Amino acid sequence: MRNSTKLIMLTAIAIVCILLYGFYDIKGGFDYAFPKRMLRVTAMIITGIAIAYSTVVFQTITHNRILTPSVMGLDSMYQVVQTLIYFFAGSMSVWVLNKYLNFGAAILAMVIFALILYRFLFRADKHPIYFLLLIGMIIGTLLGSFVTFLQVLIDPVEYLSLQSRLFATFTNVKAELLFISIGILALAFLYGYLIMGKLDVMSLGRENAMNLGINYDGMVMRILILSSVLIATSTALVGPITFLGLIVANLSYQYLVTYKHSIHILGASLISIIALVGGNFLVEHIFELRTTLSVIINFIGGIYFIYLLLKESRAAG
Amino acid sequence: MIEIKGLTKQFGKKPVVEDVTVTIEPGTITSFIGPNGAGKSTLLSMVSRLLEADTGEVLLDQNNVKKWKSSDFAKRVSILKQANYLNVRLTVRELVSFGRYPYSKGRLSAADEKFVDQAIEYMNLADMENKYLDELSGGQKQRAFIAMVIAQDTDYILLDEPLNNLDMKHSVQIMKILRKLVDELGKTVVIVLHDINFASVYSDRIVALKDGRLMKNGPTSEIINSDVLREIYDMEIPIQEQNGCRICVYFNSHT
Repeated sequence: MRNSTKLIMLTAIAIVCILLYGFYDIKGGFDYAFPKRMLRVTAMIITGIAIAYSTVVFQTITHNRILTPSVMGLDSMYQVVQTLIYFFAGSMSVWVLNKYLNFGAAILAMVIFALILYRFLFRADKHPIYFLLLIGMIIGTLLGSFVTFLQVLIDPVEYLSLQSRLFATFTNVKAELLFISIGILALAFLYGYLIMGKLDVMSLGRENAMNLGINYDGMVMRILILSSVLIATSTALVGPITFLGLIVANLSYQYLVTYKHSIHILGASLISIIALVGGNFLVEHIFELRTTLSVIINFIGGIYFIYLLLKESRAAG
Repeated sequence: MIEIKGLTKQFGKKPVVEDVTVTIEPGTITSFIGPNGAGKSTLLSMVSRLLEADTGEVLLDQNNVKKWKSSDFAKRVSILKQANYLNVRLTVRELVSFGRYPYSKGRLSAADEKFVDQAIEYMNLADMENKYLDELSGGQKQRAFIAMVIAQDTDYILLDEPLNNLDMKHSVQIMKILRKLVDELGKTVVIVLHDINFASVYSDRIVALKDGRLMKNGPTSEIINSDVLREIYDMEIPIQEQNGCRICVYFNSHT
């Protein structure tokens, strides 16, 4: 099957999922339920695309297929920033009330974190993947413990307010962030369109890419920023979904046989939308909300992650 | 013309290249030779901008290579390093097509396709152009990478030990192709070589390095003689003339 046929199939499945989610078994007032559902679907599509896009480009500049921004603890950074803001400024401060300021601070912190991470882990020597993974886990745990520590000290009322911000889910979408997210995604795609060819060349490695006239280190910097902004967007909207990026990027690599980023980003985004919208449909109508999608995704993703690790270690050994 | 002026590079406290000044003559094959750790690859990396020099400068057409725009530089100078592990799955033709990136920016024109065809033809890869690189032997893969550099069609082609992993037949084949690139198309080739006989037979000029310092720089005939080689390699290397080629017989030297 040709790649274009596969992409059309994925698109069809994605549309079916969206229609099912939008129209299946609407009880009560259509005028009430339908807009609510559409809001959620929009959030899922934005999140799905943002996570898929950021994972694919992140894996290109780090030259591996296992580490993702989430696995390296990038979305924990979002929680750190929010907790710090509540801890030092409080829920009534401008840093919380002004959503753009809040969002901007989170993005800035995540970009800085990503740059530091890259500088020390991926730039200098080629570390084995297990080392990087271990570092990612330790950073994740460290940030998690730090957040918990601060949360214990916070005033309980403040903590409740913070919690509603940190545990955003698809049923509790931060609707006020929807428009800014769509804007960011549009800009990210506009930029992506300009650098798609460069991304393909960069997958040949630093030296080959430089030989072909790519300003490699500068591009890496820009792509790290792009990746962080996308992860920040999806985390702010619906909270962290650790393993989604890993699953959809690798499924796309396996399913679509090409080196072209334009196709993989498209493919991974579609798979991501199918997983989120289709998954949420199952959760709401089949499991009747007895579980949440992130639990399912992290469960399947975790197993797939172990499978990839084993495969990688066999290939390396 | 590429001029290397007083180039120095340290890794940590250890100087790897020290105060090297060499001019690469256009229209020649220049070989970099020397023992392991002499700094040959590092020097080549600095000339091609992969590494930044600590002090000194490299001039391409009188302009410091740092001042060149990356995309323009890639149309003048190409480099191929030794280790070429790819994280992506590519066919031979896809890889070679990447060589046209500085011109096409990813959208191959008919003229670009012609360059790709030619490069594939040059490296005898036509019958395997649609195979994936991970299906090929080390030597075939190496030839595919060289084909990419040829497709890049630069005046200067820098190759870091391109004969690694290659059997004798393909080594000779590649050296002959490089010779053709220089003699017929007027290219300039700079190549790091381990086997001094390849340097002796196929190159016009030799640059000999040892411990990061420039030992000798001159026409091949001046470098390939026992006295000079003893200085570079610390071993006795008798030289025999065969059909006008000077062959270094270092296997049976009793030192």
